[in-house]
Order: sequence, then C-alpha cells, then structure tokens
Amino acid sequence: MATATAARGGLAATGPGRPAAGRRRRILVAVALVAGILVVWEGVKLLGGVPWRTPLAQPGAPVLWNPPFRWEFANDLNLPHIWNIILTFGEPWQRGADRNVARFLFDAALYTWREAAIGFGLGALIGLILATIFVHSRLLERALVPYVVASQTVPIIALAPLIVFALGANVQSVVVIATYLTFFPVTIAMIRGLRSFDPRALELMRSYAASRWQIYRKLRLPASVPYLFTALKIAATASIVGAIIGEGPGGISDGLGRVIITYNQYYITGPEKLWASIIAAGLLGVAFYLIVLAAEGAVVRGRPGTAEG
Amino acid sequence: MTAGSGPPSPTPAAAPVVRVAGVDKTFRRGDRVVTKALEAIDLDIARGEFVSLIGPSGCGKSTLLRIVGDLTAPTSGEVTVNGKTAEKARRDRDYGMVFQAPVLFDWRTVEDNVKLPLEVLGWDGARRTARAREMLELVELGEFLRHHPYQLSGGMQQRVAIARALTFEPSILLMDEPFGALDEMTRERMNGEVLRIWEQTGTTILFVTHSIPEAVFLSTRVAVMSARPGRITKIIDVDLPRPRTEQTRELRRYFELVTAVREALRAGGGDLDDSGTVGGAASAQRTIAEGGVG
Repeated sequence: MATATAARGGLAATGPGRPAAGRRRRILVAVALVAGILVVWEGVKLLGGVPWRTPLAQPGAPVLWNPPFRWEFANDLNLPHIWNIILTFGEPWQRGADRNVARFLFDAALYTWREAAIGFGLGALIGLILATIFVHSRLLERALVPYVVASQTVPIIALAPLIVFALGANVQSVVVIATYLTFFPVTIAMIRGLRSFDPRALELMRSYAASRWQIYRKLRLPASVPYLFTALKIAATASIVGAIIGEGPGGISDGLGRVIITYNQYYITGPEKLWASIIAAGLLGVAFYLIVLAAEGAVVRGRPGTAEG
Repeated sequence: MTAGSGPPSPTPAAAPVVRVAGVDKTFRRGDRVVTKALEAIDLDIARGEFVSLIGPSGCGKSTLLRIVGDLTAPTSGEVTVNGKTAEKARRDRDYGMVFQAPVLFDWRTVEDNVKLPLEVLGWDGARRTARAREMLELVELGEFLRHHPYQLSGGMQQRVAIARALTFEPSILLMDEPFGALDEMTRERMNGEVLRIWEQTGTTILFVTHSIPEAVFLSTRVAVMSARPGRITKIIDVDLPRPRTEQTRELRRYFELVTAVREALRAGGGDLDDSGTVGGAASAQRTIAEGGVG
C-alpha cells in the first residue's frame, strides 16, 4: 500500500517537463523509419531492378545505372521508383484532366473521410450503447456478445454487396459498412472499460445513495475513458477501411475506394498512381488516428499514466 | 459547519445514533457456511462519540462497519441508525465513508473530488464550490484545489478523502482503517488532524483500526473484538483528558489504557506485535510478536 503511494508520488515528479525531449526523439525515430524503408526499397531496385533512367523519362532515355540482377518483383511495374511515385502526384489524374493526382487524391480522401467519420461516430455510439446495456445485464451480455463477435468473422467483402443490395448503391450503404467495422472494437473495449472502476469507488457512490445513472455518469464512464480511446483509435482506421471497401459495391465514384479500383485497372500504364493512392489511403488513416489522439489528449489532460500512444 | 459543543462524554442516556443489536454475519458459498464473520454483536454509539473497533485480522471489524454503513447486509440482527434502518439511513445520506485507500477519482482535481458527493446530492454549483473549499481549508489543503490526486502524498490524499466524506455533514463518519497505509509519523499527525476535525464538527465516528495506540489516543470508547467468530469481547472507556495532544501519548493513564486494550485483545486470542499492532499479516512476524509480548 505504502509503495503504491510512493510510486504514484514518483509519477507526479516525472510527469510534467518530459514531453519536449520525448517528442523530438519520437519524430527522429519516425523519420529514421521512413528513411530506412526508402533505402531498402531503392536498394532492392539498385540490385535487381531494371536499368535506371531519369525520372518520368521515355523508354529511349539514357541508362544511369544497370543493376547486376534482374528480379521480377523489383521491376518498374511491381516496384516503381520512389521518385516516380512522388512525381506522379504532380501529374494530371487522368489524361487531359485539370486536377493533378495530389489534388484528386486529396478530394477523394476527404470524401471517403466524411463517410468514414459518420460511420465512426455511429459505430462508436452503437458500441457505447451496447456495452452500456451489457455491463448492466449479465443475461443480455451472455446472450448477445457471441453474435457481436460472430458479426466480425464474416468478411466485410462478402457482406458489403449484401448491404448495398439492401440499402441501394449510395452513400448510406458505405456509412453502414464503416459503422459495421467500427462498433465492434468500441463494444468490446467498453464492456471492459465500464467495469474498470475501483470497486471501492462503487461502494463510495453507494454510500451517497447515488442513482444508477449517476454511477454511470460520474464513475463508470470517466473510468472507461482510457479504454474508450484505445478502441476509438482502432475504430478510426477500421472505419476508413470500411468506407474504402464499401465504395466499390456502393458505386461511389468520388472516394478513394473507386480511385483505387480505377488505378488498379490501369496499373500497367501507370503503376505509380496506384501506389500514390495507397499512400493517400495510409495518410488518411494516420490523419484520422491523430485526430482521435488529439481528442484523447484534450480529454485525459491531467490524468496520470493514460497516454499510451 | 456546526461547531461541536466541546468533546462529548459517552452518556448512554441519550438515544444512540447507531444501535447494533444481535447482529450475526456468515459468509456462505452455496449452502456451505464458509466463515462465521460476526456473532451476537451488540453496540450502541451515542451522538458525538468516537468509537474504535479493534481486533486481529479477520475478526470482522470491517464487516461490522460495512454492515452499519449498509454496504453489506447482516445475516441476522438489526442495525438502527438515527432511528432508521441502515438502508434508509444510507438513502438519507447519513454516512460519510473513509476507506483504507483514499479512493479518489484521478480524473478529477482535488476540489472536484470533494464536490463529488454534493453533485450526487444535487447541490447547485456555487454552493458546491463554497462548501468544497471550506472543507479543504478544514483539512488544510486549501492551496491544493487544482492539483490532481496523484500529485499529493498518501497522507494528503487521505485528508482529501476525509474532506469529501464531511462535505454533506453526514451524521456518522465510518472510517475503515483510514491510516493503515500510512507511515507511523504521518499516521500520528493524521490522528491529531482527525481529532481536531471531530472536535470542530461534532460528528459521530466509528473507526476501524488495528493499532492499539491509535484506538486509545482517538476514542471515547474502544470496542475490542476477537476472531472466529467475530465478537465484541470488551468495551473500554477511554477517560483521557481532552483536548488530546502529543503530550497525551506520554500520560501514565494512556499507557494503562494501551495495556488494558492489549490485555483484552490477548484474552480474546488476538495476536500482538511490539508496535502495538494487532494481527500481523505475516505469520513469521506473528511468531516474533508473541515471543516479545509474552
């Protein structure tokens, strides 16, 4: 008991004043990681790619470097040069278009994000409601949680066309698919989170004759916040996957899903564009994750030991 | 806060605040009786009294406190608080609880922790703030309003817990080994603190402890318990002068009372150690203790 108190005291001492150095180190690690990937990527092409030419050059341009090996997976179709992927962001998204790839992907990502965000919000709400019901009723928990789990073992690719078939090829279907992938992590985490309070705190609330709602609002819910945000981080990325996958059968032409399908079809003529759209999807996921992280930072400010990245 | 009209003496003539009559408690697993925790407990506590329950580990002293506070139901017997059932008393917010751990909500500031019961009781914001600050002044933590619990020491956290328990002026303060986790120095300071608060507020206190010096120093009466089954074997009136100060701990009468409690504990089969604590956790410690005392 005494050591627990001491440990908390120690935490207080190290709590403030450490972010600056830690952040710089984290950024450094992230940059090093990206650099490492780029080095490996181009290193593979250096060893076993096709002859290097100047970026975006026509086939006849002079050869800058002739790799010693020829590996199928490292040719310019399967593994385009990084600089070609970067340069493709500046090209028109299709022949004769006035928007370049960067702008096009940004618009598509924003569109997809809107679908994902609505699905995320709905999914989080449904997850919270389900978890709230389950922690108040063991019976319903035992009866229904298996179905919640089973719902996620059905591949979304199989389910998406069914949802579109039922709701029509429109944005609503896409939102429902995003919701479907989002509610699950929130439900599971919150069943745990809403029970994560100190049992003595429940006795304390009982000694005040607190109502169920007051116990929920003032104890269960705030105690669950770390669990909630862990789930929301998973849900944020899952909702984007859901939206992208849903856009295909959903017939949505403005989002990343359709862009990926299109660039996939024209891969032979421009593999860089598919890679660019994959990067865009990845960045969108990271951006959404960071939004949730920032929200968490705002909510849990002042709490000890809850920031877990 | 209503100022207490001096230290009250135990006058059994007045209607008791707490009346425990013939309480038994058995813990069962299925149909099997696992533990007979309490047997035939009778205890009356008058208004403004400070009664300590002391006994070896597992004698049911915490269980008794929890039964009084309606956190556990007795198997048989009756608990009357301010003339009501324990449950009614709890619903009427007659109890302030302080546990061994402070049980502060770490997402709330010190001030907001103290406000918690007032929020539950539906007080408006301005009154909440005023009362919370008043209580924090009482426990001398007025400067720490905006701190979070983890930024405070164990003793300070426990003072916040006491302030929180007192905010809504409960007629009885139930304290379950509140200073058990603190070091000896802090504990003695907290003893002084709790006496000062008790004298200022006039609250009735039921206090569970396994420290003989603490029980004697604080209480108007000490109820000595024995284990398996948990029984009250002796009630000792503590007739030390008030106000009690650090000098009180050096009085001859103080030592006599400490000895009286210790002997009552031994008669009831309680184990002792040199520091006057009852029922050491480790059996090795217990062995040494028995040698030392005997």
